[in-house]
Amino acid sequence: MTAIVTAAVTATVAAPSALSGGADVIAVGVLLAEFGMFRQALLRDQVRLYAAQSVLISALAVVVAASRHLPDLYALAALAFTLKVVIVPVVLRRLLRGIGVTGGDPRWSDIAGSHTLGVASAVLVAIAVAAFGFFTAAALGIRSPVLPSTAFSISIAVILVAFVLMIVRRDVISQAIGFLSLENGVSLTALVVAAGLPLFLELAFLFDLLVAVVVFGLLIRVHHGRAESMSTADLTRLRG
Amino acid sequence: MPTVMLLLLTLPLAAALVCLRAPARVARLLSAVCGTACFGLVIALVPAAAHRDIEYLGFLRVDALSAVFLLATGFLYAAVAIYSIGYLAAGHGEARPARFSRRFWVGLNLFAWAMLAAPLMSNLALLWVAVEVTTVISALLVAIEDTDGAAEAAWKYVLLASAGLGLALLATIVAYYAGAQVLGQSYNLGFTQLLQVAPRLPHTAVQLAFVLAVLGYGTKMGLVPVHTWLPDAHSEAPTPVSALLSGSLLAVSFYAILRFYQVAQAALGPSFPRNVLLVFGVASLLLAMLYLFGQRDIKRLLAYSSVEHMGILAIGVSFGAPAALAGVLLHVLAHAAAKGNAFMGAGVLVAKLGTKRTGAIRGGLDLLPWSGPLFLAAIFALGAMPPFGLFRSEFEIVAGGLGSGGYAAAAILIVGVTIAFFGLAASVTPMLMLPATGQQSERTLARGEPSPWMVVPVAAGVLALLWLGVHPPAELTDLFSRAVVLLSRGRA
Repeated sequence: MTAIVTAAVTATVAAPSALSGGADVIAVGVLLAEFGMFRQALLRDQVRLYAAQSVLISALAVVVAASRHLPDLYALAALAFTLKVVIVPVVLRRLLRGIGVTGGDPRWSDIAGSHTLGVASAVLVAIAVAAFGFFTAAALGIRSPVLPSTAFSISIAVILVAFVLMIVRRDVISQAIGFLSLENGVSLTALVVAAGLPLFLELAFLFDLLVAVVVFGLLIRVHHGRAESMSTADLTRLRG
Repeated sequence: MPTVMLLLLTLPLAAALVCLRAPARVARLLSAVCGTACFGLVIALVPAAAHRDIEYLGFLRVDALSAVFLLATGFLYAAVAIYSIGYLAAGHGEARPARFSRRFWVGLNLFAWAMLAAPLMSNLALLWVAVEVTTVISALLVAIEDTDGAAEAAWKYVLLASAGLGLALLATIVAYYAGAQVLGQSYNLGFTQLLQVAPRLPHTAVQLAFVLAVLGYGTKMGLVPVHTWLPDAHSEAPTPVSALLSGSLLAVSFYAILRFYQVAQAALGPSFPRNVLLVFGVASLLLAMLYLFGQRDIKRLLAYSSVEHMGILAIGVSFGAPAALAGVLLHVLAHAAAKGNAFMGAGVLVAKLGTKRTGAIRGGLDLLPWSGPLFLAAIFALGAMPPFGLFRSEFEIVAGGLGSGGYAAAAILIVGVTIAFFGLAASVTPMLMLPATGQQSERTLARGEPSPWMVVPVAAGVLALLWLGVHPPAELTDLFSRAVVLLSRGRA
């Protein structure tokens, strides 16, 4: 009899601890920031949204570091914060200031018209894709050593939604931010399933991200110089 | 040997730094010398790598497999650095601004540096970092011409390739997760460690990592259906960069896939990874074969030929037989030489006639006493005609495929390669054989080469192809057999 009771008790879903609940909330926040990028109309705000998403990821790294006693992750959180929240937005803004996009001129700073789908349809598609990613990832049975597996499923959803973002928005800034947030999604995955990744490898990844951001910025400048706009709608010369 | 590895990792970087400040004359001489030196260094590595794995400082590692890819990159780096001297001088009539040539030389050396670094890395994470560095540097090189087409191609390239590499990073993370189940949290994704414990790795995670890696690195390798950036970037980049992209960059991405393949094969057994590669390989071969017909841009034509050859490599690995694997490795080298040659030869035609349109290029054999026949030889080599190296490699791949029971795939391979050759020849022969039309100006119609610098590397490439085809040196066959052992290790 007692055996049956014990089995029944363990079988019921345990209430989430404060840690795993908090981690899930942060992960959901990352996903929501990703959705926010679908409707952001101003270039400046798009970059800010990316910075906000990065703040959440750094916060999650601190949570994991504190709860699992992984001191390396404090360093990682600090570095990721410095790079993604401070340096990347500054570099992007500086590279774009030269061509006047961060000024008030709506011709350049406005990316509101770059949707291939209406905002509502785009978000619906993204919800469908995110749900697909969430449930598929849950079915894989990958168990995190440090965080609830829900966070893993959410991170896969973030990555897929980043792809949708790059597909449905036709302006270079949103596409670049789409790639950067894709990298944020992978960072989230790394926190969940690979928290022990050696610090020097994480450093190499971050350095690489910095190089990529500079190159993206330069190519955005090149694109702007040729096309006189942020839109990619005219990039149709090369085909076949 | 560790010295050689360190030199390979530092020389091109140093050359790039010097080129930042040096005048163009010094920069071009230095790059040519550095390219040749790196090729020499790689050759010096071959005999040692054919017998043992060399590890150094914990993050550098060369075995037979990486040596093959180093050879391909080293050869093309040397050839392209020499060719570029002529390319920059020939131009389209007007001299290029000094700023252009400085950027070009810095970029070329950095690009070669990143591609030489990738096969030297000892773990999956640093390999990913190196491949991502090759992407961003080459994207800048694609954009360097500053035309509308170049800007468009560069944007598509950097976005698609980076998104693909995002997936490859996810693959790396999942591979770390798989390894951590056995090795504990503090290991650094080294190939050796992963391979040792491969039979105990969790299957789902390894499957996920392998498929993500094929999709992610496959984007850079140009596998259908994630190849769409490739024809644009290859056609709009400066010709020397196109040659490096096609012969070397695609090969380096293939190398990354092979590393994941080793782990997947040892963990899951051979059938899963081979089937994945077979699907991508057949799709690439068939689609590229069709696109070879009716191309109007000579460099796009060659780009689709690259997609075709990457498909052949994937199919070759999917056969899994030792003969096929040896063929695949030879194919990597021969394709680097042949495709490098074809791009460089096409570059001479374009420099001579001032157009990339296949319909407008005529009279190649009349106008170019050396480059015309050499370009023709490169095209025949790409079509796997004997006695060139690609004939031997494709023969080995097909023989291995038939031997291991992959009859259908081998048949598709033979038919696809033949049709692709028709497509290539149908476009190229009129360019070379038909007489020049009257529209071209008197200046371009004079018989002669734009620059001797643009002939020497192509001639060297044809000689290398003949050598690989007729009688590959013993050191090379040793290297291949060792690499084949590495690639077939794992559960039977």
